[in-house]
Amino acid sequence: MSSKPAAGGCTTNSAKPQAIRVAPPYTVCMYSYHFLAGHPVPAHADPMPLPLAGAKVRGGFPSPAEDFAAKRIDLAKELIFHPQCTFILRLQGDSMEGAGMFDGDLLVVDKYLRPQHGDIVVAELDGEFTCKRLHMRNDQLILHPENPTYPDIRPKPGQTLEIWGVVTSSIKRFRKA
Amino acid sequence: MFALLDGNNFYASCERVFRPSLKGVPLVVLSNNDGCVIARSEEAKAIGIKMGQPYFQVQHMHTTHGLVALSANFALYGDMSDRMMSLAAGMGPEQEIYSIDECFIGLHGVPEVTRRAHAICSRIQRGIGISTCVGIAPTKTLAKLANHIAKDAERKPGAYLPHLAGVCNLAEVSPQSLEYLLRLTAVSDVWGVGRKIAKRLTEHDIVTALDLRRAPVPWVRSHFGVVLERTVRELNGIACLQLETQPPPKQQIACTRSFGRPVTDLAPLLEAISHFTQRAAEKLRMQVHRCGAVHVFAHTSPFRTDDARFAQSATVQLVAPSSDTTVLLAAAQRGIRQIYEPGYRLAKAGVLLLDLTPNHQVQQSLIAPEQPTGRDMSALMEAVDHINARWGKGAVRAGSALQASGWQMRQTRMSPCYTICLGDCPSCY
Repeated sequence: MSSKPAAGGCTTNSAKPQAIRVAPPYTVCMYSYHFLAGHPVPAHADPMPLPLAGAKVRGGFPSPAEDFAAKRIDLAKELIFHPQCTFILRLQGDSMEGAGMFDGDLLVVDKYLRPQHGDIVVAELDGEFTCKRLHMRNDQLILHPENPTYPDIRPKPGQTLEIWGVVTSSIKRFRKA
Repeated sequence: MFALLDGNNFYASCERVFRPSLKGVPLVVLSNNDGCVIARSEEAKAIGIKMGQPYFQVQHMHTTHGLVALSANFALYGDMSDRMMSLAAGMGPEQEIYSIDECFIGLHGVPEVTRRAHAICSRIQRGIGISTCVGIAPTKTLAKLANHIAKDAERKPGAYLPHLAGVCNLAEVSPQSLEYLLRLTAVSDVWGVGRKIAKRLTEHDIVTALDLRRAPVPWVRSHFGVVLERTVRELNGIACLQLETQPPPKQQIACTRSFGRPVTDLAPLLEAISHFTQRAAEKLRMQVHRCGAVHVFAHTSPFRTDDARFAQSATVQLVAPSSDTTVLLAAAQRGIRQIYEPGYRLAKAGVLLLDLTPNHQVQQSLIAPEQPTGRDMSALMEAVDHINARWGKGAVRAGSALQASGWQMRQTRMSPCYTICLGDCPSCY
């Protein structure tokens, strides 16, 4: 179907239609003015996925890389485990400098992960978000800043401390584009 | 079996995820243009704020009750909805997204549905911080009702069977308990029973969901029609409504707004209408449809009772269906000139595009020439939409909407788009 030239539409020589996809032929309405008048009928194509190295090229030599076709590194996939439950927060202040986290860094925060002892977490404290290292000892939660000039945070009786999410990475940018 | 999952106080909950300081505070979200209350936190419900109440009536509660009011941030709610729906889809093989905060799930072949529903709810709570309720039943109407029970049972412990809080599976409830639950539910709370029908039903002593379930089907059909008959059958556990996994395209497109300040003159009214028409036309083209008629209306505030009342509307039929902004603008302006009368303090106006047909099904007019405007402008209009998408809303617009800068939405209390723009992401210290 895809290799048959449609009325003025696009044609493709791809032997593997799954590599370069062409949308199902444009449904031509019986009364289409364009069709009857012999004008080109637009052929709508899906956003074209990049052809994998396996796509056949007519003529020429087969690509030596063909058998080694693989997906390119997807940074988002590497950094995000639960896409629906991951949020980006911006770090402010110097309380985590000991962990290599500086003012303005972007934090990838996974809300779905269960916090474990030693994780860097974002916690809700008195209506604000705070980023600290989590220490869990004998059922006591301690938020430990990675900067000796800050004291540990131990929730007082009556004070609520809720872990909002676990920081899985911090992104530091040096220049844009 | 069907499940209905929805987010509790969804808009208010979305705001709280990113601003923990709003927890425990009475919080309302306002409609476009900060007109009226469209979402309330439990605390706001407790101090007596009603759904749909105009904002100016509750504004003073900011000082008396610490009320916080936010402009609706639909970009944020849309993203959170998307996340919630993806997680909810894990409950069963089929999903119908019914609105921004609720979806039906087909449970065909799913074992241990109640346990699974609890697991999905806690997954959503943990993953995105939104609490949800689930109703499970053999029909969509009963699932909706079960959801209502699950929510109420959570909110008012004691009024219902306590184990139904959060997740209510009517299939696991004994027939006696089911009757008890149906008796507790007002007939107006049944899905598909509107206010008018509820009033008429009350005249026939049908007050609760149980009464409606026991109503004789032929009588319902002859007095109320086939739609309510279906509701009665559904209440009796006979599934008449299937999941609609492919939502039908919209039958009409509306762009309406309350004015920030009353409008009395024709010129500013025309500007506003032009602005609305332009927005509606963009939506129309996005859906790849054309419209056959343009409906315009304008009215005074129903809440300011000392002003002289005015409410008029006009429908302008187009010669041939169109999605061309200039054609729609001409029609809308003709309509508004027709109904305009000086001397009234108009509070709201709007444009509705009616009689929508897909672009490829448009019927040509028998009498009028093929393209009555001389040239087909749809390519131009698409180019304009692309420019506006890239350079910001209103970068290119029709002349009559040019000075209309005052007619954009008033959203003075909008929260940042936490999950949409990198510059808006929440801070932590």
